[in-house]
Amino acid sequence: MSGKFTLQCPIPEFDFDIITIGHGSGGRLTNKLLDNGIFSIFKSEELQKRHDGAIVGVNGQVAFTTDSFVITPIFFPGSNIGELAVNGTINDLAMCGAIPKYLSLSLIIEEGMKITDLWEILAAIKISCEKSGVQIVTGDTKVVEKGKGDQIFINTTGIGELLAHSRIDINRIEPDDVVIISGLMGTHGMAILSVREGLSFETDILSDTRPLHNMTTRLIDQFGEDIKLLRDPTRGGVATVLNEIAIQRKFGIALDENSFPVDKQVRAACELLGLEPLYVANEGIFITIASQYVAEKIVHTLQEFEEGKHASIIGVIKNEHNGKVYVKSGIGGNRVVGMLSGEQLPRIC
Amino acid sequence: MKHLEEYRDQQIVKELLRHIRSMVSRSWHIMEICGGQTHGLVKNGILNLLPDEIIMIHGPGCPVCVTPIEMIDKAINLSLMPNVILCSFGDMLRVPGSSGSLLKAKAAGANIKIVYSPLDALKIAKENTEKEIVFFAVGFETTAPANALSVLIAHKSGINNYSILTSHVLVPPAMEAILTDPDHRINGFLAAGHVCTVMGIEEYKTITKKYKVPVVITGFEPVDLLQGIKMCVEQLEEGQATVENQYARVVKKQGNSRAKAVIFEVFETGDREWRGIGKIPMSGYQVRDIYAKYDAIRRFSLQDTEYTHEEKCMAGDILKGYKKPNECPYFSVNCTPENPLGAPMVSSEGACAAYYHYGYEPVNSK
Repeated sequence: MSGKFTLQCPIPEFDFDIITIGHGSGGRLTNKLLDNGIFSIFKSEELQKRHDGAIVGVNGQVAFTTDSFVITPIFFPGSNIGELAVNGTINDLAMCGAIPKYLSLSLIIEEGMKITDLWEILAAIKISCEKSGVQIVTGDTKVVEKGKGDQIFINTTGIGELLAHSRIDINRIEPDDVVIISGLMGTHGMAILSVREGLSFETDILSDTRPLHNMTTRLIDQFGEDIKLLRDPTRGGVATVLNEIAIQRKFGIALDENSFPVDKQVRAACELLGLEPLYVANEGIFITIASQYVAEKIVHTLQEFEEGKHASIIGVIKNEHNGKVYVKSGIGGNRVVGMLSGEQLPRIC
Repeated sequence: MKHLEEYRDQQIVKELLRHIRSMVSRSWHIMEICGGQTHGLVKNGILNLLPDEIIMIHGPGCPVCVTPIEMIDKAINLSLMPNVILCSFGDMLRVPGSSGSLLKAKAAGANIKIVYSPLDALKIAKENTEKEIVFFAVGFETTAPANALSVLIAHKSGINNYSILTSHVLVPPAMEAILTDPDHRINGFLAAGHVCTVMGIEEYKTITKKYKVPVVITGFEPVDLLQGIKMCVEQLEEGQATVENQYARVVKKQGNSRAKAVIFEVFETGDREWRGIGKIPMSGYQVRDIYAKYDAIRRFSLQDTEYTHEEKCMAGDILKGYKKPNECPYFSVNCTPENPLGAPMVSSEGACAAYYHYGYEPVNSK
């Protein structure tokens, strides 16, 4: 996908081919980078004013979030850090029950980064913003010395308009509510792992990074207060998010392993590497906890979206084994699913 | 994957459980050797499905758990040398040494790379000729062929900046060490299928004859494990003690002769210290003298570090099967994967990690 971004946004003429420390000095080089690069690609009115901040209008209550992206490698199968930085923050707003509107974009670039790489990332940011109808209205660019960064770190902060009938509140969860997942689990994490240095293995797995607000908005519009919680299970995967909920609300969460939607290749790669899909990071799915009586309807609604076609009910909130997530294994035994401790590290044999 | 599904079939599992229940007449203690089997039993909830009479004892087959503290310390010291890149399997990184772990050393600036295979480490050696690349070669007989092969390839292709820090252990001597312990209570064994894939099954015949215990070579999937248990219980109920091969779809009687040839070209058998258990005679591999320059201990003249012995962790009792992980007073209280007192809590194959991860509650130790 990342190749496509470049084609749609031809790289402008720069008289430099790598980022140097001078590009962060605030002087002429910085201005060249901003004029020919950032401002030429992002054409929002607010940004063109070149103020330090932006003034924007929103209706009703505001959702507000921030996230930093420090991923290695910055280009990975299916996408790059730029698209991830936009979708990640959009999705955090979507999980609040909001429609994403405005983003800030802060780049911390390591000296020596290739302009062509930077451009590819900026192009991905631009296209992702357009696709989701959000605007970049303010930002910042800094350059750090070689060795002090990992090519590029990106921070995005986002503002969204809360949907009027959204009642997302973890405290509204009660026993018998159901846990629904919007798509295949573990795809993004395995795409990244497949190209990590020293771990490369051959696979066609692509990151599933995508904006989720179209699906969440539709759910809130259609099911209102029956949608009690929305969460995107990024780092730590589905298991960690559900554990947080179980611990916070002191309920048990019963899962059924046979209902987990996992891509065949992802499942096979997990088997090989000794990892569990439940703990692998996601970027293109969310979990909703909703009233039992609309569960099937929610699944059908999600399945109307291309990105929701694997939506599935994976569990139920229980008033037993409180504070724990447990799963009925494929063979009918029960086990507890704990929280991920540290990073998942590949095993010996 | 289709092949795999057959070994996770709920109906076959139910049938096997029914069969085991119908024939068991008294309580039997069966040790599964391999940590991968322990995780298979716990992860699939098999321990809770078995009849009460079948008591599974979790054996020492976790290479990470039995790697001695001195060896972890050596790896840490190596990784902190400015010209060294230490390559390791991922699950060695959290294991505590006498002070700190490789993960902490990495945070302090040590150059440590996680690899899946020693051949990846060789690749790093070729790409970084100005650095010394050391591969932390731990494991049972399973990982020995690839580790030995990496030395042979380095030797043949003139890669002069590669060596291995060897901590290889062997299954049969460990089984004997457990069986000669007067306090052991093991009636039968599930031997590790993948170890036998390399080594074959002959060496277990000595054990069944000498100690009158059945040994069933067993795989790792739910159906494998339950078939292994069933075969073991059948022998026990009938008073038999022979070697049987449940994992025949993979394990051949003679093992893999090419893999064995590579192992014995590079390694020879020697005494080996097991963390938590102690020294077991002729229980490990060490690099032969002709390949000494690929042996990191000799290449870097590494000495044993001095440290005060850890007293809290009862890994030895757990690895020998005297205690269940959740019978340890520190289990999940003072000892967790984030703050481990010993290796079985952090290794992906460690019994304590399995019990913790899958939600076992601590019980009072008697």
